[in-house]
Amino acid sequence: MIAEAGHFALVLALCVAFAQGTLPLVGAHLRVTSWIAFSRPAAIAQFLLISLAFGALMHAYVTSDFSLLNVAENSHTAKPMLYKISGVWANHEGSMVLWVLTLSTFGAAVATFGTNLPPTLRARALAVQALISVGFIAFILFTSNPFVRLVPAPINGSGLNPLLQDPGLAFHPPFLYLGYVGLSMAFSFAMAALIEGRVDATWARWVRPWTLAAWIFLTAGITLGSWWAYYELGWGGWWYWDPVENASFMPWLVATALLHSSIVVEKRDTLKGWTIFLAIVAFAFSLLGTFLVRSGILTSVHTFASDPDRGVFILALLIIYIGGAFLLFAIRGPSLRGGGLFQPISREGGLVINNLMLTVAAAAILLGTLYPLILDFAGGGKISVGPPFFNAVFIPLMLPLIAVMAMGPLLPWKRGYMTGVTKRLQTAAAIAGAVLFSTWLLHDRGSALAGLGFALAAWLFGGTLTEVAERIYLFRAPVRESLRRLGGMPRSAWGMTLAHAGLAIVVAGITASSAWKVESVQSMRPGDTVTVAGYDFTFDGARRIPGPNYQAERGTFTVHRDGTFVVVIEPELRNFPVEQRQTTEAGIHSTFFGDIYAVIGMADPTGAFITRLYFNPLVAWMWGGVMIMVAGGLVSLTDRRHRVGAPSRNSGRVNAAASAKA
Amino acid sequence: MGRVSFILPLAGFALLAGIFFLYLNMIRTGERTINEIPSALINKPIPIFTLPPLPGQPDGGLASIDFAGKVAVVNVFASWCIPCRAEHPVIERLARMNVATVYGLNWKDNPSAALKWLAELGNPYAAIGSDASGRAGIEWGVYGVPETYVVGPDAVIRYRHVGPMTPDALDNKILPMIRNLKVDG
Repeated sequence: MIAEAGHFALVLALCVAFAQGTLPLVGAHLRVTSWIAFSRPAAIAQFLLISLAFGALMHAYVTSDFSLLNVAENSHTAKPMLYKISGVWANHEGSMVLWVLTLSTFGAAVATFGTNLPPTLRARALAVQALISVGFIAFILFTSNPFVRLVPAPINGSGLNPLLQDPGLAFHPPFLYLGYVGLSMAFSFAMAALIEGRVDATWARWVRPWTLAAWIFLTAGITLGSWWAYYELGWGGWWYWDPVENASFMPWLVATALLHSSIVVEKRDTLKGWTIFLAIVAFAFSLLGTFLVRSGILTSVHTFASDPDRGVFILALLIIYIGGAFLLFAIRGPSLRGGGLFQPISREGGLVINNLMLTVAAAAILLGTLYPLILDFAGGGKISVGPPFFNAVFIPLMLPLIAVMAMGPLLPWKRGYMTGVTKRLQTAAAIAGAVLFSTWLLHDRGSALAGLGFALAAWLFGGTLTEVAERIYLFRAPVRESLRRLGGMPRSAWGMTLAHAGLAIVVAGITASSAWKVESVQSMRPGDTVTVAGYDFTFDGARRIPGPNYQAERGTFTVHRDGTFVVVIEPELRNFPVEQRQTTEAGIHSTFFGDIYAVIGMADPTGAFITRLYFNPLVAWMWGGVMIMVAGGLVSLTDRRHRVGAPSRNSGRVNAAASAKA
Repeated sequence: MGRVSFILPLAGFALLAGIFFLYLNMIRTGERTINEIPSALINKPIPIFTLPPLPGQPDGGLASIDFAGKVAVVNVFASWCIPCRAEHPVIERLARMNVATVYGLNWKDNPSAALKWLAELGNPYAAIGSDASGRAGIEWGVYGVPETYVVGPDAVIRYRHVGPMTPDALDNKILPMIRNLKVDG
């Protein structure tokens, strides 16, 4: 009964979304106030109805109602409660319901909190948002209905892929969807602006928090996935350039570009067409990812059970939304005239370089991801584009980006001079140089690239701190005055500082863990000792441990360094009888300098185990750095200018341009 | 910016959407298959996996541990696969040479059909893992049958041959690779 109610709620949501997608659009055109006002209650009603449907599906999972085909295929009574809940979105149908729930959540949030928006802009944005809902709810109802009954109901379900039964992965999809779908808000605002034919500083200010929120979720979601791959797949790596990983990384790159270009629109009233373009592309990449993963057009370990018929449906949606958006852009875009002019060497110039690098990187990844598909399409046979291509293209693009990133915030708007910037960055440059040479001296094993990576990390970190020091007149004004200025720094400035410094730490972590990872694969018997990167791993043996719905073989390694005890780590090999699959749980001991990491395989009849032992340097820096970046996003989100109504370009608090000029 | 630069995104998107549409149609009509999984696994350790034997076989199945300390060849096969039939004598010849342990990975197959197939053609494998779900195959980076992998004594994948094994490929690729691995190991 509850499932049928959920199904019905979804059908109603489709009707509401259709009304929300049409009436306010017409109303805004004809200036019918009641039709414009309709968008807000409709957005909230749509959200409530989809929540109802999602709740009904959740109820079926929690109570293990195997009369639903979807539950029977993806759940089991013996599964821990956390994975019964996460099972809702760990399959194609359920994850689509979560997708539209997220979509309507953003719509309802704009309807509720967007009180400072002009009514017509809000109505149009909500209408576009609802039109996206219409397509995807229809997709669920016609091709992927999770409420289909199964007669007769089986006694138990067939379980959930054990790889997905993991706390990291339980929350990875919701975060990722909040990120992907959050970009729909920037898209809807861009469409609304194109329909109105007006893009100005205030528009940029309204869009920014939504883009920022999406960016925060996307950053966290990608990192959760990467973290999961690191400890669950047991390869010691954290990024594989898998098509599905790329599908989440491309929108991130474009969203990052969009965040930066919208600042230019807000402060300098230029780069308007470009910013609208980025808003469309960011969401286009989100939809493209959905399409690639679910159509089965590219398969990877992550792929849902794929179906070309569903692929055609999503492709149709992609063509309507993105094709339609680009069409509108082609018609209306040329009328968006920018106001502010600027010299190449200026804050705007720096942000243009940022945007170019990020979009070219996204385009290169798109090329690498789609190349096998296009080649196969053209009859060129099956090939794979692996990490070598992506590393060869992506890294050279990122190096100059990071180099410029340290300088950008120190440049004034409109026109700057390199001499001023280089003079202020002397300290950062000296530190970067020292890091470069000491890396080369200390590590003959590392490549030249490793030294460069570290030097750039130090350069970015130094440059970011320099910008703060400049801002607060450190050493140039009395300490009290500097502290007062530090306290008065706008939150958006804090956000930038944290995000840039966090990235510097991430870059150091990536560099070290890629360049100096030590790995060793061997067969070990209890009592054997293997030395990896100076750590002596002694294998003490393995024992059987029962889990809630699996049997684990838990190995014990005692790790010593130079005779001193360091830690005991216990990797597991888990056997899931229902799903007839195995997963590895790496044993990891994280330290400031690196992770001691062990994986255990099956025993042979003689009692020897295949083991993989790793030392992964500075991995914790990556996770920590990302957390700092996310914190930066959150701090920036609370900036005063997102909360005050009717902003004008000159009323902001001490902005960067003013302090740089002073 | 001219008007053209505002039309470019639309044109680029239309091209891409057209390719997607035609490619999806090719998949639906069976003109193309979609089991393409990029293999970045060369020079990587073999995946950690354990597969049961085919029913009634005494070999105990196939698992990662079976690769420790010896040069091994893994032949991915299925009874429904016609090219596998064609390459079977070549795999048997390799097994008779006793230069490497030859394992079978029975991929996405019905175990009883596989047993019948082996009874008919002969069983050259030291051990066979039954991968009915195809999951272990995914871990190996298999995207079709037949495929053949050469694994070194350090349990690292060194070579992958896609498609049926030919006498030529055996003599000029697989055997030299095995010899090298034996010298190094």
